[in-house]
Amino acid sequence: MQVEDEKEKQPESVVEEAETTSAPTPAPIAVEKHSRLEYSDLEYLKLSKWQRFLYHIARFFLGIPAWFKNAGIAIWHFLKKCGLGVWHEIKDIGLTFVHGDWKTKISYGVMGFGSLARGQILRGILFLSFEVIFIVYMVFWGGYWLSMLPSLGKLGPAEEYNEELDTYITVYHDNSFKILLYGILTLFFIVAFIYTWRLNIKQNKISEEILATGKKLKSGKQDLRSLVDDEFHKTLLALPVTGILVFTVMPILFMILVAFTNYSGATNNGYTNNLFSWVGWNNFNTLLNWKSGNTAYSAAFGEILGWTLMWAFFATFSNYFLGMLVAIMINKKGIHFKKVWRTILVLTIAIPQFISLLYVSRMFADNGIIIARLQQWHWVGDNFSFFGDKANPWVSRLMVILINIWIGIPYLMLIATGILMNIPEDLYESARIDGANVWQQYTKITLPYMLFVTGPYLLTSFIGNMNNFNVIYLLTGGGPTNGAVSAASGSVGYTDLLITWLYKITMGANSEYYMASVIGILVFVVSAVLSMIVYNFMPSNKHEEDYQ
Amino acid sequence: MEETKVTPTESVETTPVTNDMAFTPAPFKDKKHMGLKRKRVIGNVIIYIILVVMSIIWLFPFVCIVLQSFRCESTQPVGYIIPQKWGFDNYVNLFTKTNFPKWLTNTLIISVVTALVQTVIVLCMSYTLSRLRFKGRKFLMNFMLVLGMFPGMLTMIILYRVLADLGMTQANSIPGLILVYVASSGMGYYISKGFFDTLPKSLDEAARVDGATNAQVLTKVILPLSKPIVIYTLLTAFMGPWGDFVFARYVSFGTSSGMNVAVGLQDFLSTAGNTFKNYTMFCAGGVVVAVPITILFMLLQKYYVEGVTGGAVKG
Repeated sequence: MQVEDEKEKQPESVVEEAETTSAPTPAPIAVEKHSRLEYSDLEYLKLSKWQRFLYHIARFFLGIPAWFKNAGIAIWHFLKKCGLGVWHEIKDIGLTFVHGDWKTKISYGVMGFGSLARGQILRGILFLSFEVIFIVYMVFWGGYWLSMLPSLGKLGPAEEYNEELDTYITVYHDNSFKILLYGILTLFFIVAFIYTWRLNIKQNKISEEILATGKKLKSGKQDLRSLVDDEFHKTLLALPVTGILVFTVMPILFMILVAFTNYSGATNNGYTNNLFSWVGWNNFNTLLNWKSGNTAYSAAFGEILGWTLMWAFFATFSNYFLGMLVAIMINKKGIHFKKVWRTILVLTIAIPQFISLLYVSRMFADNGIIIARLQQWHWVGDNFSFFGDKANPWVSRLMVILINIWIGIPYLMLIATGILMNIPEDLYESARIDGANVWQQYTKITLPYMLFVTGPYLLTSFIGNMNNFNVIYLLTGGGPTNGAVSAASGSVGYTDLLITWLYKITMGANSEYYMASVIGILVFVVSAVLSMIVYNFMPSNKHEEDYQ
Repeated sequence: MEETKVTPTESVETTPVTNDMAFTPAPFKDKKHMGLKRKRVIGNVIIYIILVVMSIIWLFPFVCIVLQSFRCESTQPVGYIIPQKWGFDNYVNLFTKTNFPKWLTNTLIISVVTALVQTVIVLCMSYTLSRLRFKGRKFLMNFMLVLGMFPGMLTMIILYRVLADLGMTQANSIPGLILVYVASSGMGYYISKGFFDTLPKSLDEAARVDGATNAQVLTKVILPLSKPIVIYTLLTAFMGPWGDFVFARYVSFGTSSGMNVAVGLQDFLSTAGNTFKNYTMFCAGGVVVAVPITILFMLLQKYYVEGVTGGAVKG
């Protein structure tokens, strides 16, 4: 099938050259005419492939200021909307108070009073009990946590005399970790309370309006029934959203706040001195070396960020194209045992990664099978190593990418198989009749279709690879050690990604959790910015109807 | 890759035929036909060779693991593959001399419970986002998209502390791990939402017209149609904790009775000394862990493929 490529390429390149020689003439005119880099459709079609490519690149970079402008406008609109929203709410609360009857007015202080007085017992009890719980919590616990939040605690553990035991024992006073944690929870609770209070007022207003028209209010039974009908989404979402709030949102908030403290995060049973404090942007300064004289972190960060991006790029695209190639080969007409080939590859998905990766890492280890064989055949020297400290870093990096291909191809093969089957066969048929060779069919039909359909997938897998902890940690553990930047909190390896570095920093002998938090935030920033850029580039964004 | 290497030599003899394809006069038709056929055969042979080589590369580590697990003459990594003395020693040692049975039960309990609860949560989430329309739906989806970009690893330390406060770490790590696996699982709704999106809206509407509540629509109309996605979710939710390593290691924190298989087996190879002692036992453990999940996976492969393909297409 490749036979045709070689031959067909030649005439094509001739045509291309012809195009390039003739095309430049309209280009400068177009630029002058519009005084901006913008071609009409006709002018665009006259361009050669390379000019089109350059044109897109130029458009992309020229478009950057506009993005910032648009982003600024979007943020402004968002803020305006928020401000207006809050203003409307406040106005509505005030107006409801002024126009409402006495039941409504009492509800401002005693939540649910209006509902109770109007016969909606269930709602009233729920509102009231929520208020009682909130007040009790705030008085006994919440107030303390909240008041300690600005200082994160003052008194550390101390040896104090205990009269009952008649001896000195350690008394634990303030615990910054708990203060921060429960402080956040208390803030959550306060927000929830304000929301419920607002809901309670809205309820009163709506009830008054309904009663004014002479209709009846919903009974408790009807309320319950609506939970499986019109309000069914609330029932279904209650559990998942609570889980996400408590186990994802809260920890992330905590993590963001920790980046502004000096919490080192001892890994074992508490730390000797239970206190840490706010330090502002210091940690960011340390990592990015804006002010501080300590370059160890910034050097490590630059090095690792570079490799992380490189790794994510190669890991994503090598898997993508090779997986697609394998899928095309297996699906080719005339190839038998399609199921067998697929099953063999899929086997790698079934076997847990920690087994296959750990085993493969031992195969490539210094005393593993592979190196033993290679040395036996005298292909490599006695000192050769893939991931050990004496290894050439680029060999290690290349090997990681190659082994990742071994892991990733089966997934891509499955995905590509499913998508390739959806491409209408008559597209290829007509392409063949028009004389397109295999390569042309691939670049003009298969590839655009694949890219169009899997654009979002590529983006997510790129970000997934940036955070691909398992492969790196189980395979190399970050090795070989990078002597140049190892000064920063334990050793840093050449194959360390930001995410494994972060893990080392939190788990190491002298863990520095505040630095890990800063790195985590930066990883988020990088992912978010990349997503924004790629999302703007994505074909599925621009030509939605092309393949429908 | 290897294909391109072969091309130049092949192209020499066959290219003239292809190039003339459009202009070939009738008398040469037979010759052209033969050339095409021959070319296709050569192409297929190359592909077969590539596929066989690939299969060997892909299966090689697994064959090695199985062979090593039966090696009795030594326990350390060695430079050869075929054992000199065969036997079940490693398996017997694994189950009698280590904590492996405990790890296996831990993992099994965690995986089964997680799979069941997580499936319920994911289905709730995806069904709601896909088929019900309510205020804040778009916001919720965008919010979760942004949340997903924070590296989850960082939340570990705080979750560990929370679990420690609740007494769910180290030896009692099972409920703690289940809680953490399940709690945030609502974020992984994309693939099943994609599935629900494909079911025709008219099904719901017809049922609603007949007086069914939204809950009845879900249980009586949609769920019976959702077998593939339910199985897919169960399967992936089961496989996640079965092989989870990072968080399980954190929560069990060196307490052997609270480990799952991944952590326990990784411990076998944690240091050079351990590797020397436990290498073949690790292989045996790997086989014991991998065989059930592989069989399960192969049986349900169809659903997995459907889910993965659909998920990638819809993003």
